[in-house]
Amino acid sequence: MSILNNIRIALRALKANKLRSSLTVLGIVIGVAAVVALLSIGKGATSGITSQVQGMGTNLVVISSSRFFRPGAEATSVSLLYSDYQAIVSEVKNIASSTPYFESNETVAASTRSSNYTIIGVTPSYEKVTLQTIDLGRFITSEDGLTLKRVAVIGSTVSSDLFQGLNPIGRTIKINNVDFEIVGVLTSKGTSGFMSGDSDVLIPLETGYSKIFGARARSNGKNVLSGISISAADANSVNSVVSESETVLRSQHNLGLKDTLPFSVSSQAQMLSSLSSITATMTALLGAIAGISLLVGGIGIMNITLVSVTERTREIGLRKAVGAPRKAILFQFLVETVTLSLIGGVLGIAFGSAIAGVVSFLGLITAVITWDVLILAFTFSALIGLFFGIYPAWQASKLSPIEALRYE
Amino acid sequence: MIEAREITKIYKLGDDEVHALDGVSLKINDGEMVAIMGPSGSGKSTLMAILGCLDTPTSGEYLVDDQPAAGLKENQLASLRAHKIGFVFQQFNLLPRTSALENVMLPLTYDGTKIKDRIARAEEALETVGLKDRMKHHPNQLSGGQQQRVAIARALVNDPALLLADEPTGNLDSKTGAEIMALFQELHTTKHQTVVYVTHDSFVARHTERIIHLMDGKVVRDEINKNPIKAGTPRPDDLLANGNGKNGAEVHQ
Repeated sequence: MSILNNIRIALRALKANKLRSSLTVLGIVIGVAAVVALLSIGKGATSGITSQVQGMGTNLVVISSSRFFRPGAEATSVSLLYSDYQAIVSEVKNIASSTPYFESNETVAASTRSSNYTIIGVTPSYEKVTLQTIDLGRFITSEDGLTLKRVAVIGSTVSSDLFQGLNPIGRTIKINNVDFEIVGVLTSKGTSGFMSGDSDVLIPLETGYSKIFGARARSNGKNVLSGISISAADANSVNSVVSESETVLRSQHNLGLKDTLPFSVSSQAQMLSSLSSITATMTALLGAIAGISLLVGGIGIMNITLVSVTERTREIGLRKAVGAPRKAILFQFLVETVTLSLIGGVLGIAFGSAIAGVVSFLGLITAVITWDVLILAFTFSALIGLFFGIYPAWQASKLSPIEALRYE
Repeated sequence: MIEAREITKIYKLGDDEVHALDGVSLKINDGEMVAIMGPSGSGKSTLMAILGCLDTPTSGEYLVDDQPAAGLKENQLASLRAHKIGFVFQQFNLLPRTSALENVMLPLTYDGTKIKDRIARAEEALETVGLKDRMKHHPNQLSGGQQQRVAIARALVNDPALLLADEPTGNLDSKTGAEIMALFQELHTTKHQTVVYVTHDSFVARHTERIIHLMDGKVVRDEINKNPIKAGTPRPDDLLANGNGKNGAEVHQ
């Protein structure tokens, strides 16, 4: 009994039952494709977030009134003030540059289009501290702020959304119905989502206070900030900048050492470690979804196998009756399931990668396809395929031909 | 030549033991055409399965061409089935969605026949049963009689020492059944094929020269039939009146 002969028998059986074969393949394809797509997108999102934080610069210290980097912290009524920024700049040592900012979501309109964007009031040093670069035009200058000019620098996504490829420099947009002239466009950072700046509209902080942000940016008559970004002089001074800033903030707000600081002061390293718990959760979530897809795919395979088990048991009975030894039967089913698993696995990888590719192409998340994901997806579904393909055959081949033929 | 000596087959149904065969001895020589006849429950299908090496007896000896088959291992039995035996079932048991030709080739894929010889031999077998023009048809494109002919071609394709058939006309109308009987008779007379079939129908049984009567798992009569019915002869009315012979209406057990 040659191996080639057995392979021919198996392929012939697959060909004779095209519907059953393709449904089994479909089950494997669904499982593999879902796992590949979900895990790739998950990995892409995770590494995207991490690289964006890294892209902010290793010497970065961020003081924020938001709770984002301090999960579990309570909401507070204490505001970060512009005067806090001034105190930090004058008292903390080893600051290379720093920028205060205030951000809020506003409606932005250009001719017929309008949409909501994050409007950030900034100072000229924002460009350097947050590692932005100008693609077209110029950045905001200190003169813009001092003279309360209504000028704006927009992110690349905003530019393409509102102007569809036209040069936006010199054009006018309305932010909450106030006219602003576009003087610059930021270079895209290439990644989307959190903190990229591509979807931001930057205006001079002073102009923002007087024309846009209104009462939300004022607390007891003082100007409020969303945050302060500080670039430490070098990597070694990051920790001292963090602790000195905290000290300044405490004294500014009359807080003792034991009081909880109502702001977060964090370095990039701290942000990365906070993020790692978020990304770990995300990976676990995606892993769970992928596991469910594999289960669904596996159940698909199992259903097809179980539905056809009567017919196949009779087929086994017949093959044995005309002289097939048990070994040949098992080998036939092994080749059948291996073939289906291979086809399904390859198609599933192609299909899953295509989904990941489309997601990346649409600019939602840059999916990262790695070998371990492909191997994991393929191995799992191949094992499920093999088990559900061979187990019934193994059972049926134990029956005598006459029992198998009478199986119902 | 096949020879059975004191064959018993005991099935266990819960705590009960059912003696399907209770010491059956018989000998069938090469070139004989024999009918094994008995009512439902007489053990004839069990005997057939053992003669066809599809099942093993609980005790007793069984020789196929002087080779003992009773105590054989599974693989040796499979080899016997592949080389010595052709089996025809009441329900045809063809592989669905598979052409007549490929169905007939099936036994050759397991007996070591070279791939290039398989098609020629399968075509030859289909020609013998008169279906050379239907080789590419799938079972669902063939009538019941044609499907049974394909099954007979499949049983003949490995040149078996013994052609066994279990109620071969049981699922066919009387006209088609007569065609199958004619085919058996022709194989017997022109090719000296040893043919053994099981039936509950005495009219069908009387198409052979020898009728072995089975009852309650025992051979009760081994009868020589000097004037076998020629296939195609109309069924006599008295046999139709006999409750045991209603045109194959008995449901297979």
